[in-house]
Amino acid sequence: MKFTLNWLKDHLQTDASLEDILAKLTLIGLEVEEVTNPAESLGTFVIAKIERAEKHPDADKLQVCTVNNGSEKLQVVCGAPNAKAGLIGVFAPVGTYVPGIDFTLTKAKIRGVESFGMMCSESELQLSEDHEGIIELDEIAAKQIGTKYVDYKGLDDPTIEIAITPNRPDCLGVRGIARDLAAAGLGTLKDEDTGLSNKGFSDNGDFKSSIAIKLDFKKQDTHICPAFWGRMIKGVKNGPSPAWLQQRLKAIGLRPINALVDITNYISYDRARPLHVYDADKLTGTVSARLGKQGEEFLALDGKEYKELDGACVIADDKNILGLGGIIGGENEGSKADTTNVLIESAYFDPIQIAMTGRKLGIISDARYRFERGIDPQSVELGVNLATKMILELCGGEASELIKTGTPPNPDMTIKFDLQLVTRLTGVTLSNKEVTQTLTALGFSVKGKDQNVTVSVPTWRPDIGGPADLVEEVIRIIGLDKVTPTPLSRPHGIARPVLTDKQKHVRRAKRALAARGALEAITWSFITQQEAKQFGGGAQELELANPISADMSDMRPSLLPGLLNAATRNIARGQTDPALMEVGQVYLNDEEGGQYNHATMIRCGTHNHHGQGRHWSGTAKPVTLFEAKADAFALLEQLGMNVENLQITTDAPDWYHPGRSGVLRLGPKNIIGTFGELHPAIITAFDMKGPIVACEINLDALPSPKASKKKKSRSKGAMQITDLQPVTRDFAFVVDSDVPASTLIKAASGADKKLITNISLFDVFEGPSLGEGKKSLAIEATLQPKTQTFTDEEIEAIADKIIAAVQKATDGEIRS
Amino acid sequence: MSELLTLEQEFLSAIEAANDLPTLDEVRVSALGKKGKISALMQGLGKLAPEDRKTHGQAINAVKQSVAGAIEERKTRLERDALNIRLQTEREDVTLPVRGAPVNQGRIHPISQVWEEITEIFADLGFAMAEGPHIETDENNFTKLNIPAEHPARQEHDTFYFNEKEDGSRRVLRTHTSPVQIRTMEQEKPPIRIIAPGRVYRCDSDQTHTPMFHQVEGLVIDKETHMGHLKWVLEEFCKAFFEVDDVTMRFRASHFPFTEPSAEVDIGYSKKGDELLIGGDENWLEILGCGMVHPNVLTNVGLDPEVYQGFAFGMGIDRLAMLKYGMPDLRAFFAGDMRWLKHYGFSVLNTPTIAGGL
Repeated sequence: MKFTLNWLKDHLQTDASLEDILAKLTLIGLEVEEVTNPAESLGTFVIAKIERAEKHPDADKLQVCTVNNGSEKLQVVCGAPNAKAGLIGVFAPVGTYVPGIDFTLTKAKIRGVESFGMMCSESELQLSEDHEGIIELDEIAAKQIGTKYVDYKGLDDPTIEIAITPNRPDCLGVRGIARDLAAAGLGTLKDEDTGLSNKGFSDNGDFKSSIAIKLDFKKQDTHICPAFWGRMIKGVKNGPSPAWLQQRLKAIGLRPINALVDITNYISYDRARPLHVYDADKLTGTVSARLGKQGEEFLALDGKEYKELDGACVIADDKNILGLGGIIGGENEGSKADTTNVLIESAYFDPIQIAMTGRKLGIISDARYRFERGIDPQSVELGVNLATKMILELCGGEASELIKTGTPPNPDMTIKFDLQLVTRLTGVTLSNKEVTQTLTALGFSVKGKDQNVTVSVPTWRPDIGGPADLVEEVIRIIGLDKVTPTPLSRPHGIARPVLTDKQKHVRRAKRALAARGALEAITWSFITQQEAKQFGGGAQELELANPISADMSDMRPSLLPGLLNAATRNIARGQTDPALMEVGQVYLNDEEGGQYNHATMIRCGTHNHHGQGRHWSGTAKPVTLFEAKADAFALLEQLGMNVENLQITTDAPDWYHPGRSGVLRLGPKNIIGTFGELHPAIITAFDMKGPIVACEINLDALPSPKASKKKKSRSKGAMQITDLQPVTRDFAFVVDSDVPASTLIKAASGADKKLITNISLFDVFEGPSLGEGKKSLAIEATLQPKTQTFTDEEIEAIADKIIAAVQKATDGEIRS
Repeated sequence: MSELLTLEQEFLSAIEAANDLPTLDEVRVSALGKKGKISALMQGLGKLAPEDRKTHGQAINAVKQSVAGAIEERKTRLERDALNIRLQTEREDVTLPVRGAPVNQGRIHPISQVWEEITEIFADLGFAMAEGPHIETDENNFTKLNIPAEHPARQEHDTFYFNEKEDGSRRVLRTHTSPVQIRTMEQEKPPIRIIAPGRVYRCDSDQTHTPMFHQVEGLVIDKETHMGHLKWVLEEFCKAFFEVDDVTMRFRASHFPFTEPSAEVDIGYSKKGDELLIGGDENWLEILGCGMVHPNVLTNVGLDPEVYQGFAFGMGIDRLAMLKYGMPDLRAFFAGDMRWLKHYGFSVLNTPTIAGGL
């Protein structure tokens, strides 16, 4: 919403400075976005007279003028065709910045003749597009030579732009803003001009309107346009509107069209009262407001053809659609320069209907903006009268009777209000009187004694629906700076922990993976559809209906695409071997239970945990799946899991290398995560070179400590250790190549759970000496005596158990 | 007896002359070995008259001690010399670079860090952390928050929608963390104190807007909390977060459908070169929106607004991070540029705590 300071002062009697007004606007909820004052950039331009003009000795199109600027006479070279002796114009002295040509004037020699300034055109001052010649002022200006042009022209009027929140349609008119400021103590609201003070017309009018207005709705739709009032005016003389009106419209960024259009725009901004004026001579029969029908279309004044008007509220005569009520008028029946007979429309349209139609047809207009936020329904009559008055004043003519079709709604909202609710909700102590006064200043009326009152809401405040709204009105006007910071009670002397296990997992997962050397990235939650499909997603329910771009169309099923894209970009920028991680949400379906937290890490090239790239101590080797497995295990152990309980299967999803990847499971159904080398085709698809390894852990699949297991005590229990020396024994087994090492380790560990404390696999060997399809796995078993040192026989017995268990589980043989 | 002294002298000279351990050992064997001369003398004692045995024995023993001591001393010296010679040859260039430790190379994203900082501060004030899904129902994201279907406020949200379902409903990507308010109030009874940090989405993109960003919601519901408490909490938060003794904050009246009264809050700052200093009132920067929870919202979750009241606020985590750590461009947060992550990211062990600093 834009307005000028002088415009505001039409409604507000005030001595407050601009700064005070701006500060107050912002504090009461009308946030100032920008203030511009043309006077600031045009302050040095003065009215001057060309006293003499002679042809330039060396140029046909130039004249050498003597210019009187009020204090001295200067030589100025001028190229304008209309420059002549006696002309009163606008002069810019040396040193002036001329905005229209983006140039600061200097003393110059033009074709050998010195020039000490410039006579200016309107375009050079950016006042209009006119650059045909220099500005020519009238007789009155001749008496003001030397005066600042901005003062003469009344341009010293700052334009203020404020952001209006959707609840304040009343402040989409200057008067509403003035009312708020007056209530906030910055002056007094001037008496309202209702248009009726002018005796040029009356409700009965000078003649009977030849055009009838009709509301043509079924009973259930009458709310769409409950009132359509108007007046016919005959014999108007349209044309450009007066300078003051044009200047105001220009100041707020509107283009003056003609007097009739400018008047409706002016009232729209002055009173938040959109109106429309039709050329009565182009209307056929009755003008109706009704719902549009399938197949109807019309050409709007924005030059566009609109179809699919069914369901929209249209204004139509017997032949044509004239416009979309409350949104936009038609191109053909609007007022033109030669319009002589007009019909004024002042109606009320249902905000929801306007919002739906405006959105469906994609039309943005000042009228829609106001109607969909809810204008004052009781302003229907005011609108007609204000427009009538201005038209008669500016364009002449005679007015018909006031045509009253329908009844403007009267919300008649009253609220039972405890005046002390203000204190309860804000903590600010205010007397009943202060609260009442503030509400009254905003146009509310307060009835009742003591603190329990009934408040009537003014019709221009559709946003006020309950006591809390009244509290807001009071506190924003009294000032939020009156609210005193009050300490919140402290439920516990020392704060209690608040994080849930899952929240702690998320926090810790980030640091655990970063401790493995990865940089934490945060990538978009949406990826391309192709990527979503490549990584097991792409479900229709996870596709955005209105993505911001095609490459952000689908919710991600995995964090890998985002990380891989980031890695690709980094490599393109010359970074080597990225190791990146992310902990964030992935989406398997659109239900609450289908959104999980994943912790995912990738390593590219040679980014091993123990180093990357070339180094004097030994060049790092390309990463393998075991690096990713180590990352996964490091993470899971940090999250409190016993990784020995995990089963590893080899059925990792498609984006992994089929022979170099694994799935981590807790039981057959609960998949904790996956790890491995990425599939070569995926690496190619992301425009990279391999190898790339990754681990993906589903943090939401981790078992949370069960309630029964949650001990009240944080005691770790007594430690059981013995001073007896452990014994180690080595075994090598020859087994089939496809026997998983874990089978062997598990069998060996289980051979005597009490005495075998560790099995470590220290050698894997395949070679012709073992035969085709065979491999050798060598383990070291740690045996821990509990009560007394082992005898040789005891050790032999355990060793036999290990061999037997492994042979049984693997069908292998002990290597001799 | 002089024989004995001569023998001792001989051995001591031999010990002194032994230049390596094998030679020294030869001397030891010839003196103290089973067949060594001193051992032989000891064995010869038996043949002496008992009265001579004692004096001779003492004398021989003294020589034995002396020789053994000398051998030990010489041995220690020879070993030390040998070690010194070995160490002379063991030389490395200690200036050769070592590989960096992964724990030092890893980085935590500023958003994660700031998220934890915020959590720490509010935990101290007794706020738990609540969360909710990103894909939300229209009901939770709008309707229950008092944003009716055709209200212009809804259009201002630039919502990402999913396709319509068969029953006509459509899910949205949550446009704010406020639906977590609804979820919390529906599940828990007052008194409630929570913050809800998380990702949110708006269909909007330029230098200061990204289609995805992070917010933290705060909610307090009980029977007496008012705007004074809200102001105090926000002031205390800003002081703790920006690690300053004093902040200037400006509460401006505003409008949010789910709070009434509503306010926007600006924080005062000044600029020193490129650096942004929190405090003063030279410039204002909007950091959050807040207000008292709207009675309609309370009613929508089954709480009686005549009994319960409280405040809610929402602020941008990314914006707080930009302000505190001086990052100019929001878009860079989500680009995953390693140079940016290394520069603005945080060390793994730099966990924010109230005790250690945030």
